[in-house]
Amino acid sequence: MDFYLGALLQGLCYSAIALGIYISMKIFNIPDITTDGSYTLGGVVTAILLTHHQPAYIILPAVIIAGAVAGALTGIIHTKLKINALLAGILVMTALYSVNLVLMGTSNLPLINVQSLFTLVHIAADANHNTFWILIFFVVILTLLIGYLLKTDFGIAMRATGNSESMIRSLGVNTDRMKIIGLALANALTAVSGYLISQLQGFTDISMGIGIVILGLGSVIIAETLINWLRITSVWLSLLLVLAGAIVFQMVLAITLDIGVDANLLKLVTAVFVLLIVSLPRITFKAK
Amino acid sequence: MIEIKNIHKIFNAGKANQVNAVNGISLDVTAGEFVVIVGANGSGKTTLLDMIAGSVLPNSGRIEIEGQNVTKLPDYRRSQWIARVFQNPMSGTASDLSILDNFRLAAIRTRPKGLTIGINETFKNQVKEKIATLGMGLENKIEQPMGTLSGGQRQALTLLMSVMDSCKVLLLDEPTAALDPRSAQLVMRTADELIKDYKLTAILITHNLKDAFNYGNRIILMGEGLIIKDLDAQRKAGLKQNDLFDWFG
Repeated sequence: MDFYLGALLQGLCYSAIALGIYISMKIFNIPDITTDGSYTLGGVVTAILLTHHQPAYIILPAVIIAGAVAGALTGIIHTKLKINALLAGILVMTALYSVNLVLMGTSNLPLINVQSLFTLVHIAADANHNTFWILIFFVVILTLLIGYLLKTDFGIAMRATGNSESMIRSLGVNTDRMKIIGLALANALTAVSGYLISQLQGFTDISMGIGIVILGLGSVIIAETLINWLRITSVWLSLLLVLAGAIVFQMVLAITLDIGVDANLLKLVTAVFVLLIVSLPRITFKAK
Repeated sequence: MIEIKNIHKIFNAGKANQVNAVNGISLDVTAGEFVVIVGANGSGKTTLLDMIAGSVLPNSGRIEIEGQNVTKLPDYRRSQWIARVFQNPMSGTASDLSILDNFRLAAIRTRPKGLTIGINETFKNQVKEKIATLGMGLENKIEQPMGTLSGGQRQALTLLMSVMDSCKVLLLDEPTAALDPRSAQLVMRTADELIKDYKLTAILITHNLKDAFNYGNRIILMGEGLIIKDLDAQRKAGLKQNDLFDWFG
């Protein structure tokens, strides 16, 4: 059972990345690959500050700023230099690999004997339960913040930017600036996932971000399938489904490992799973 | 209200596909005027309108709105004066957002979009009242996504949205081109009423010569990126519908 609890904890850590991808992909309609780099960046910043025994109240803001800068860079390259968003993201992601490596000075930084977020607060006696409640608290706060943001006038303008650019420009919104802010926000969230995962697993690795974007995409796609299927228009419900998507995703991977599939095949399973979710609605539609 | 001095616009300058869209147009539109622009495809009508709105910037010349030089101002900063209705109903509204959200954005067109929640019961009722004036029964569907409505309904709502916030200039780029005759008539009538009620300065581009004849108090014929004919209210009133057809003869 601990095995599935572990998956649940991971899913909760990944909910920030899922919210980030939800913002970049669903709200702004931008496929943002910066994710792979900014996720590791979040982990790297966390590891460096933790091993230098910096206080917790500095680490999270630093992680958020680092992720936001990475996202803003992609946004600036995309909007000001008119470079395809996908390419802009790949460029920043590639550059970030070196940046992360130089920052860390090594390819793997263990976080042993440091005071992490999960040892800072004691709510439950069992370490896993303690982590669980801290994560729940974290995710609830994040969701409330994002949900509120999307409901504000600024949030409506954000949603309109990805939907009808000509309309929102004629209504007085600088869409370039909006996209830069959106990508900064999305990558700040992604970096927060890196921050959580690093502390959960107890180390930061330079390759931890490889292919991580699929996790966010998968979670959002699971949510989107349900949103379309159930015709959901509520912002809150959509966000909850995105969170559920992140957890379901981890559970599926846990089940896959539990039934004895080779761990080396995990990325393949992930890809096939996402493909299945994307194509299932279409397949059933055709059968009719 | 709008002063245009000798503006030019060339697309793809120096390349094989160079297009001289607007070749030196000067135009004064006084406050309260309702100008109808007609002309063949490629005569530069839409480019002229885009330059007034700011979504296309001229290569040379000068544009002033209310005495202020806006020549280099991007479209999102001209929204303090200008509201637009596009040819494509999709362009003027956001499909995935609810009618209410669309109206909220329109209601703060001239203001910054801040981090406060602006939709409350008062605002909802205000939107419902506004929409009820259309007589389309849409006032009870304000939570629905804009995308569930027909093109005619969306164009009519876009028109209403333009007067949700202070509006001086209304630009209509073939607003009825994608609509069936009945919806087109309704949209044109709504536009005409709003222009009169709110004393807007308006510019309408149309290929429908009946509309060009029936609406507006000034008519301009464009061709090859230039103004060919420019008739004021008195001369437009003296015009017969057949004269318009002859312009295209």
